[in-house]
Amino acid sequence: MAPASGAGQPFRLSMLIHDRHYRALLIQALVFILVMSLAAWLVNNTVQNLARMGKTFDFGFLFNRSGYDIPFSLIPYDSNSTHLRAAMVGLLNTLLVSALGCLFATILGVLAGVLRLSRNWLVAKLMTVYVEVFRNVPLLLWILVILALFTEVMPAPRDYRPAADGAAGAQMILFGTIAPTNRYTAIPAVVAERDPGPVSVLGLQVDAMVVAFAVALLAAWLIHRWLRAWAQYRQDTTGRRPVTWWISLLLFLLPILGLSRLFGIHLVTPELRGFNFAGGLNLDNGFVVLLLALSLYTGAFIAEIVRAGILSVSRGQTEAAAALGLRPRPIMALVVLPQALRVIIPPLISQFLNLTKNSSLAIAVGYPDLRATLGGTTLNQTGREMESMILMMGIYLAISLIVSAAMNLYNSRVRLKER
Amino acid sequence: MSEVHAETVPFVRDTMLPSAAPPARQSGAVLWLRENLFSGPLNILLTLAGLAALWALVSHLWPWFGHAVWNASSIGECRQIIAERYGQGAGGACFAIIRERWNQFIFGFYPAEHYWRPTAVFGLMMFAVAPILFSESRRLRWTVLAVSAVASFAACVALGAPGRALLAVGAGFVALAALIEYAPRRALAFSVLYPFLAVWMLWGGSFWGPVAVLAGFALALAIWRLGARFGAGLLGLALGVAAAVWWWAALGPRVAADLQGLMPLALAPVESRSFGGFLLALTIGVSGIVMSLPLGIILALARQSNLPVVRTLAVMFIEFIRGVPLITLLFVASILLNYFLPPGTNFDIILRVIIMVTLFAAAYMAEVIRGGLAALPRGQYEGADSLGLTYWQAQRLIILPQALKISIPGIVGTFIGVFKDTTLVTFVGLFDPLKQMADTIRATFAWKGAYWEPYIFTGTIFFILCFAMSRYAMYLERRLKTDHR
Repeated sequence: MAPASGAGQPFRLSMLIHDRHYRALLIQALVFILVMSLAAWLVNNTVQNLARMGKTFDFGFLFNRSGYDIPFSLIPYDSNSTHLRAAMVGLLNTLLVSALGCLFATILGVLAGVLRLSRNWLVAKLMTVYVEVFRNVPLLLWILVILALFTEVMPAPRDYRPAADGAAGAQMILFGTIAPTNRYTAIPAVVAERDPGPVSVLGLQVDAMVVAFAVALLAAWLIHRWLRAWAQYRQDTTGRRPVTWWISLLLFLLPILGLSRLFGIHLVTPELRGFNFAGGLNLDNGFVVLLLALSLYTGAFIAEIVRAGILSVSRGQTEAAAALGLRPRPIMALVVLPQALRVIIPPLISQFLNLTKNSSLAIAVGYPDLRATLGGTTLNQTGREMESMILMMGIYLAISLIVSAAMNLYNSRVRLKER
Repeated sequence: MSEVHAETVPFVRDTMLPSAAPPARQSGAVLWLRENLFSGPLNILLTLAGLAALWALVSHLWPWFGHAVWNASSIGECRQIIAERYGQGAGGACFAIIRERWNQFIFGFYPAEHYWRPTAVFGLMMFAVAPILFSESRRLRWTVLAVSAVASFAACVALGAPGRALLAVGAGFVALAALIEYAPRRALAFSVLYPFLAVWMLWGGSFWGPVAVLAGFALALAIWRLGARFGAGLLGLALGVAAAVWWWAALGPRVAADLQGLMPLALAPVESRSFGGFLLALTIGVSGIVMSLPLGIILALARQSNLPVVRTLAVMFIEFIRGVPLITLLFVASILLNYFLPPGTNFDIILRVIIMVTLFAAAYMAEVIRGGLAALPRGQYEGADSLGLTYWQAQRLIILPQALKISIPGIVGTFIGVFKDTTLVTFVGLFDPLKQMADTIRATFAWKGAYWEPYIFTGTIFFILCFAMSRYAMYLERRLKTDHR
């Protein structure tokens, strides 16, 4: 066996091979040189190729006029805006569909995962079929199938009108609030009658309603925290815990209801005017299809994660907690859920990241996400493949790294301590 | 005691009573229904909801499937047949598109006279993988081999393979079967050689090209082994790699050309662009799967290594690949790769895509295997060290077998992901079975508007393959289970 390190021995050349310490250094130096020369070769090739094609490497094009329209945008945008703003629109669209997709997929996944463990044979089997079918078929297929469902099967907007001979037209679903058509999906819109307009907060123009709701909810949350601390204190000193859940509920509900009343916020259901729906919100079908497909597909994966998490808590834990005299709710809240969540959360977050990355399949439905704006139209119009691709991959990477960092923080907090 | 007791008891029954039937509500189907479907108000509600969902699904889909037409030459003819049989306005599936365009769904634009080549390659693949996948169960192994050999040979005959090719394929099957039966360890050599054979048969060209590439690997291996014998494994490895690169770059192609001159053995070359359908999906998927596992293991070991430079590089690579969508990597392969390579190089689009898919899968694989490595109790590492094993001995004999066993579900999950992701190559202009091929077929006048049938067909095939993979993973887990729980 080689000596652990060259301490006290004069350095000889053979120690590079036979001494563990020096060998480690040698291997690392070799790997580093190899990788760096590979990188240098690639960069050199790129520089040569760019020079040969008469192109430069320059992000200045981002501040030029974009000259194309984006049909679906969360922030003000028109064809006179810059490419940078187009990229921002795309990024926000990506984040929007991802965030909503994560929300729906979680709801669906938790529901399916729990129902798969249900004692009801029929429902458990149905959920098994859902999970297996959606997990084992490519996401692209679901996107295309749902797209075909919308473009081929859904009625045209004017088909919702009763025909001249009295035959009923197509019916809106969910108690007459949502109208899927072959071009867009009309959903109810949230409308504020007395919109106070934007206010200036720290030099930024922010919608006053958003500020009001945020402040109210934050205050409610702080009071709720204090309330729970007080209840804990009472329990510790007197042994009786005061009932506080309805106070907490009111704390959150009252400000929301009050503010809605103050601003006159209500839902407006879409109705057919002429050949199109108006009043509500007409969502682009690309968005709806992508959202549905991502939610259904990821929901199947989340269902498996939830099921595995619940199964991972052994029955002995529940029984032991019961033997200690805990009631069912504290058993769930204090014993089962914390242990199940430790198993569930990491893969859940990685599913969220997968969903975000999969949202780039918007290419199949024509939804203007980051890939379609920055990596699509901008790339094609400016011919700046290198810059656009690097920027786009960098943005996806940044999203992913930020979420992973938060994830690692959580993991290190809940990890079981080993040696 | 008992005798005394017996005397005090006035009556003792000495025959068994016939057992009475259990109450009807406590046994059989009624009990099962009560327990599994109607045990409480919530359960009844769930059952009714489930039945309603099932009914909605079946009542919508049944007529459509029931009216299916399998024999027609265009969608118009299909609709006409359905209208004649079931009356005007009846909808129905037109699976005739699958029957009519079957070859395109399977082979894409591969030349029809060479269809037997991918078919034989698929049959041979089973001979390459069956000894590994089903090493425990002789019956399973032979079932798989017999079915695939007979099926692919029959398909070769039906697809009009030339006589010489049929003879070669048949002889190959028989020889391999004998090899697997009588010299199972030697048969593994075929598994190693198979990829080169498959590349040659799929793309055609001179037989000596793949042989020259293989010779490079053999050269590197020989030099490494030689170095290891003299106690300089690292040096040997470096020299071997250098020699192989030199061989591939300088000498190999010339030797291959000369050999082709001496002993001409070539198949008609087939363009990469003509690959399509499930042939393309399987080519990319299988290559990605096979290459990503070793690469993933190396990356995982690098990430767990205690050499900071190696670890940092591995982390950077893995996090970068995992942080971006596959679709952007595919775009890099199709748009940007020309910038990164010396001016004038232009290599095959399928090869580029395979490289990207492999790198992508390897990063995910590395994370899965890292989980397995981290899940091993530290005592295993310390035990290996205390036995005086070197790093590679410890990894090979103690750590990796256990770590890989733990990570089987994740590894197969990654495989399934890779195979499903092969459909994304449609966005760089390759003819995947799901979108590009179906779009191409729909673009013809005869099949305009046939949406559902191709989707159902490709979806079913993907489902069968992926589901089979996940079931195999379960089988493998059971087989490798050594703990007594």
